[in-house]
Amino acid sequence: MSSEPAVRVTDLHKHYGSRRAVDGVSFDVVPGQVFALLGPNGAGKSTTVEVLEGYRARTAGEVSVLGADPGRPTPAWRSRLGIVAQSTRDLSDLTVTEVVRQFATFYPHPRRPEAVVEQVGLADDARTRASALSGGRRRRLDVALGIVGDPELLFLDEPTTGFDPEARREFWALVQLLAADGTTILLTTHYLDEVEVLADALAVIDGGRIVATGTPADLGGRDTAPASVRWRDAGGGWRTELTGEPAALVARLHAQLGELDGLSVHRPTLEDAYLSLLSSPAAQEVSR
Amino acid sequence: MSTTASTSTTSGPRTRQPAEPSAFRSPAFLARTSLARTAVELKELSRSWDALVFNVFFPIIFLFVFGSVFSGEVAPGVSFTQYFTAGMAASGVLLVSFQSLAISIAVERDDGLLKRLEGTPMPPAAYFLGKVGLVVVTGAVQMAVLLTAAHLLFDVDLPAGPQQWLTLGWVTVLGAAAGTLLGIAYSSIPRTGRSASAVTAPVVLVLQFVSGVFFVYSQLPGWMQDVAAVFPLKWMAEGFRAALLPESMAAAEPAGEWQLGLVALVLAGWTVVGLLLCRTTFRWRRRGDR
Repeated sequence: MSSEPAVRVTDLHKHYGSRRAVDGVSFDVVPGQVFALLGPNGAGKSTTVEVLEGYRARTAGEVSVLGADPGRPTPAWRSRLGIVAQSTRDLSDLTVTEVVRQFATFYPHPRRPEAVVEQVGLADDARTRASALSGGRRRRLDVALGIVGDPELLFLDEPTTGFDPEARREFWALVQLLAADGTTILLTTHYLDEVEVLADALAVIDGGRIVATGTPADLGGRDTAPASVRWRDAGGGWRTELTGEPAALVARLHAQLGELDGLSVHRPTLEDAYLSLLSSPAAQEVSR
Repeated sequence: MSTTASTSTTSGPRTRQPAEPSAFRSPAFLARTSLARTAVELKELSRSWDALVFNVFFPIIFLFVFGSVFSGEVAPGVSFTQYFTAGMAASGVLLVSFQSLAISIAVERDDGLLKRLEGTPMPPAAYFLGKVGLVVVTGAVQMAVLLTAAHLLFDVDLPAGPQQWLTLGWVTVLGAAAGTLLGIAYSSIPRTGRSASAVTAPVVLVLQFVSGVFFVYSQLPGWMQDVAAVFPLKWMAEGFRAALLPESMAAAEPAGEWQLGLVALVLAGWTVVGLLLCRTTFRWRRRGDR
């Protein structure tokens, strides 16, 4: 594994007049990782990612993507990236295979278009026009165009927004397939379950700033946070105790009381940890 | 759930031999990508009935309608349809170049296709050469069908000799070049893809009325002639009249002759203006996306 990060962002700023869309963001993405940038709508996720993709000029900060400055994109650098942007509605009159074949010609070492169509699960729709695809399958076409150049780094910007649950699960399986193949993936999303299933590492962004980094398992210290143990006492009333050593508490209770009615041990969920990190009053209200 | 998060790296992160930067500047790469874009443009057009009718076959439909309704002569031995064919040829060149590109590029920008292409290593020139390829093919087909239909259905005389065929050729090429570059530049004016047709088609329609396409140019009011003389369509129409009308008709022009030198000069001038506008104003993204 090379030691250089696939993406390194240091104190990135992107201002529009007095509005600070991105206000001092820093994070690294390790090669081969699925890295999730998690945050509410308008937090600065897509602006950050569009700076990394070479679309937007930054106001300040250091950014390196595959060892190059995305502020000066070159075709050789672009050929190593795959971009799946937020909702798209172009390409309507072409079939799936025609579009993928076209984009394959733009890359020096493309994957075989037919194999890519197969890999993203569109073999049944290979001759369907893009305009006739459902939302979920349309997104698969976007992914096909993102990976046909055989990229080292793939950007997925809110890829499953608007999907039904089944389509999301199928899409996650596709992302896991790409990750297993060694592609570094930078995913933006506001879905916690998506992060929990897919991400090796994540950063939470809110109000243009990173408010936490970690893994889905330890975000916000939830792996070491006190657990709440809840059970029903002899009189039938609910009892709750917060403890850093839930196993010991349960053993003690068992020794004293025998089998416990309605026993549960609850650690903060990813959602609990996430909401406690956000600054909006509504999120604070929910997390309390 | 989180156990599945570590599915990555069965094969380790990918490291590849990056392609040489020079590979992206090679003529072969530009040719390959431009051909791919041209093929896609033609495929999309062939599946888009509205564009086919309004841009490619519009002049032929109009020739049929006008040719069937008006049977008079503009001068002894010169039918109205003969005169009108020159105007329709000029309109057709403007439609397949200016109108077709102004609308399609505005739509593709608004749809996000241009942004998607910008994110790939495709040379930007390939996109424009794909549009040029589209204009060349549709323009050639349109001109061939128009002249054939006019000749067979309405007894319109084809260009009389090599000299007139040559004029037809260079006026077509130069007019299409100006229309292509101006169309690419004009595509930045419509604010959305939905408004593109509404913002573009009236311009072409008004130009057709004042430039001697629907009416005989020399019979238009002087001020209207002066307005039309600023824009390329009037000069294209005059060039095609020189190619399609008998020499005797030159005297009926306001200048008393075919001003072919001026035709070339004005069309070349608009080509240069179009190129400059494209270079300074072309955007790959919607307004406000920066």
